[in-house]
Amino acid sequence: MPYKFLEDVAIADVAFEAAGKTMEEMFESSALAVTNTQVKDLKSVKSRVKRKIAVDGDSSEMLLFNFLQELIFLKDAKLLLFSKFKIEITQMKGIYKLKSEASGEKLDMRKHELLVDVKAVSLHNFKVLKTKSGWKAEVILDV
Amino acid sequence: MRLVLTSLTYNDVKPHLKTLVDKLFDRVPAGVGSTGFVKLTKDEFRKVVVEGAEWCIKKGYGWEEDLERTELNGKADWADVSKVSSKAIERGFKQIGTLGSGNHYLEIQVVKPENIFDQELAKKWGLFPNQVVIMFHCGSRGFGHQIGTDYLQLFLSVMERKYGIKILDQELACAPFNSPEGQDYFKAMAGGVNMSFANRQVILHRIREVFSDVFKQDAESLGLKMVFDVSHNRASLEEHEVDGKKKKLIVHRKGSTGSYPAGRVEIPKLYRDDGSPVIIGGSMETGSYLLVGGEKAHETFMSTAHGSGRTMSRTKARNIYSGDKLQKEMMQRGIYIKSVSFSGLAEEAGGAYKDIDDVIEATHMSGISKKVVKFVPIGNVKG
Repeated sequence: MPYKFLEDVAIADVAFEAAGKTMEEMFESSALAVTNTQVKDLKSVKSRVKRKIAVDGDSSEMLLFNFLQELIFLKDAKLLLFSKFKIEITQMKGIYKLKSEASGEKLDMRKHELLVDVKAVSLHNFKVLKTKSGWKAEVILDV
Repeated sequence: MRLVLTSLTYNDVKPHLKTLVDKLFDRVPAGVGSTGFVKLTKDEFRKVVVEGAEWCIKKGYGWEEDLERTELNGKADWADVSKVSSKAIERGFKQIGTLGSGNHYLEIQVVKPENIFDQELAKKWGLFPNQVVIMFHCGSRGFGHQIGTDYLQLFLSVMERKYGIKILDQELACAPFNSPEGQDYFKAMAGGVNMSFANRQVILHRIREVFSDVFKQDAESLGLKMVFDVSHNRASLEEHEVDGKKKKLIVHRKGSTGSYPAGRVEIPKLYRDDGSPVIIGGSMETGSYLLVGGEKAHETFMSTAHGSGRTMSRTKARNIYSGDKLQKEMMQRGIYIKSVSFSGLAEEAGGAYKDIDDVIEATHMSGISKKVVKFVPIGNVKG
């Protein structure tokens, strides 16, 4: 679970840093951070529903932005929270494509201790970086 | 943000406070992913997007007079639902009548006699000592945010390529106002504003039902009249003076409230001679204020704060405060609070916010908005 919430970056919103050895792992960490912003205990979100998610983007940044945005959309439109992700990313002619199988369940106030509703991903200071040990992202969520 | 009067005093409400808050908590869903009681088809929701609070009045969720106490009469009439994505519709159509989470709340408050600063205006606007009022803060939920995200993506794709605009912060992606993309966004955004008017209108209807139920009297005789309803996040076409010349500007108030001095056309007729009512919410522990647009408001393009502002992140607040301890302490101080989660409560602790009295004093002294009344909380529903 290589992500951490940052305390002094955006005090009115929620900021996190996510990492991974591969781009896929970093995307998974970022997705888990989005769920964990909204639910206190990730383990309380069981794998009862599987959902295929496909997004694309013209950069690794926009791919991550679109992916996280899709998770926020599914939380409101289908009331789904996810705690496991299988992710595959390909790149062709400057277009990045992501295919994911997300596992989770319907949001339930009795089972999930809810924190704060994520409304959008902000592009303010949004970063995807290649590091020595893999990939890193810095994200601010509008709550 | 919406402020509602009652004809009840603190002594009338005190014995029923717990029942009131518990019922409000049941009737006005809050928290992550909450959905409302008003079940709409997507097509009906599209009507809400166009008609705003007017739709609610037609359906019986409110009184005709509520509209004249809402900015834009509860309807941004330039909304065009064809400019709103199906994704946004899908995200929003179940959310009418819900509070949301974070800093959104529904609060029962009291006008302490020593907290009336402008006696004449307070009286004119229906406020009196020891009166109980209701204030609530929420907007268009995920719907407005989806519109924002949709157009952010569109602007990013045309901004530089089509219009040659370069920016340092991608979140500020834009297009010229008179471009097709700019106009489409302005019309879609109006739909978000309308959803927020309708959301708060349905919530007011629920509040009236709850009070009526608890006090066994109809909402009219309990004096549940609106004072004002105002958006905290929208762009508005307004005339302002720039370098001595009158100019038409787009004023985007994000986390900000309009504060118009007397006479401005943006103020509903009812209040035009007084200046616009300005509602500024404080933390759940401290209090909130009603002010009036001041003479110096032109210096900030007639905009003022919409709350006291945080001093620390949610993560930090959660590490410092404990939600259940806070709830008990507040109970001892006469504030009954009900929240979806203790962690959410800890994030909203009074200490995580600036001192509202300092913020208001600065606003008052600057002449941007002038103090009318301060309200202290006695009951609170938190998302």
